[in-house]
Amino acid sequence: MSTATLPHATWRARLRRPRLQLRHLLLGAFVGLVVLYLILPTLFIIPMSLNSSPSLGTLKDGWTLRWYLTLAQDPVWRKTASISLQVGLASTALATVVGTAFTLGLVRLSPRIRAFLQGLSLAPLAIPPVILGIGLYILFLNLDLYRTMASFILAHAVLALPFVVVSVSASLSEFDPNQERAALVIGATPLQTFRRVVLPQIAPGIIAGALFGFVSSWDEVVVSTFLVSPGMKTLPVEMWTQSRTTLTPVLAALSTVLMVISTMLLLVISRLQSRGKDQ
Amino acid sequence: MTTTTIVAVPTGARRGATAAARPASVGSALLLLPALLLLLVLFVGPLVLMAFESFRDGIGTYGTIFTSVSNRRVFANTLETAVATTLVCLLLGYPYAYALLRTGRRLRTVLTACVLMPFWVSVLTRTFAWVGLLQDTGVINSFLLARGWIAEPLAMIRTPWGVLIGMVQVLLPYMVISLMNSMSTIDDQLLRAAYSLGANPWQRFRKVFLPLSASGIWAGCTLVFVLSLGFYITPSMLGAPSNMMVAELLVQETQKIGTVRASAIGLILLAGMLLCLAFFRGLRGLPALVRERRS
Repeated sequence: MSTATLPHATWRARLRRPRLQLRHLLLGAFVGLVVLYLILPTLFIIPMSLNSSPSLGTLKDGWTLRWYLTLAQDPVWRKTASISLQVGLASTALATVVGTAFTLGLVRLSPRIRAFLQGLSLAPLAIPPVILGIGLYILFLNLDLYRTMASFILAHAVLALPFVVVSVSASLSEFDPNQERAALVIGATPLQTFRRVVLPQIAPGIIAGALFGFVSSWDEVVVSTFLVSPGMKTLPVEMWTQSRTTLTPVLAALSTVLMVISTMLLLVISRLQSRGKDQ
Repeated sequence: MTTTTIVAVPTGARRGATAAARPASVGSALLLLPALLLLLVLFVGPLVLMAFESFRDGIGTYGTIFTSVSNRRVFANTLETAVATTLVCLLLGYPYAYALLRTGRRLRTVLTACVLMPFWVSVLTRTFAWVGLLQDTGVINSFLLARGWIAEPLAMIRTPWGVLIGMVQVLLPYMVISLMNSMSTIDDQLLRAAYSLGANPWQRFRKVFLPLSASGIWAGCTLVFVLSLGFYITPSMLGAPSNMMVAELLVQETQKIGTVRASAIGLILLAGMLLCLAFFRGLRGLPALVRERRS
């Protein structure tokens, strides 16, 4: 076909094409920069933890594992990590049991009450932690629980609850309630029905919720700063306190270790969630 | 991490609603009770106690907070920071969410992971990283100094810019996810229709795509704005003491003076957040109202 007979529309499309590509190129470059902004700073913590300069963020003087060694030898980190672990496990256990029961109860309610109660159970995440922190501080002072581990466990449990409720709700919405009815009809007791029909199917959701809850407790700083006392400190609070005076590469080393742990746990969660969807 | 789950709620709740009519039993109330007790004692209770505490010295506490010049500056600074953070998040997040939804499947997974990854890493870690990058002896300044591009370190940390850089990085995922949610519901046929009617790319974007994504813009801006009002870790590490935000003021009051004024500040912050939510929700209905009036 000669150019002269090309329809007008095709010509316009041809003319537009280079401009279109430039537009996409610019967008691509922009997105690339945003990706770097989102990802790079966090990954920079790794070289920061491996550099021998004692000032964080100064990358010269060669590389070393010294900060990881210091980290392993310092009893403060071992003690606070152990407290964090105990608080994390206990609060996760509490939130998981209570939250799973709550979610199972929710589906039996009318939509309106259900929406209200679900909103209430998610609200602890929406409130700025400083506000909840001061409220809990006053509460625990009044209850004589201040300076105890129980105060941390209870506070972290209420913060982990939303993760459990959301995760279990999601897996429960995939579950066919007719199976539950069928089990009841053929004579299973409610407890048997739950244990042998419902529980196995929503288990991935419960475990994912528990892991989310644990990670949230393990990382929690702000609410915990209101509850700490000299003998009772969680790991992130100790990091926060130390960073207020000097920010050393030891903190970067610790951050790296924590980042690796959280990433592994979250990979487990995504595996669980994708398996839940396959079924 | 937080957002993925928050965003997942509506779908789950809606799907749960269609699957309703499960066998109701008396026992179901017992299932709800422990969690309700936990929420009542450890969530509602503390907020009520905080409200009472703030009035312990009478209503005058609020008066002294609002008349104090330094406190007023803290409130103004919090609002300014929140507005700036929201605008920058929108400017960075909108093209990002748009590109994410328009690209191929594999690239989309990568871009989604890049948005979600920050949720996997604690705010503390990310803020430490920013300190290491932005401080006077940090990575960026020593690089620029070594190259001779600058004669003395750029002041980035302990400035409002440092706070903005850090806060936007933490909150950008919330904006992107809100935008993605609304953009993914836009029907491609409408854009194709606009194309066949002769609209150029800019017109297609401005007259079709942008208005259809407005709900996501509102949702994202509201979320980021309200969340940034209560920020503590990032501004107190990256900002200057003269640019303090409300959350830092609250912590400082509690540690240095006591809980009465701190509770009042907390209540003001909470009321401010709720007002903002109500205001934004109201504004969202405004266009429809105007249209009704005109017709």
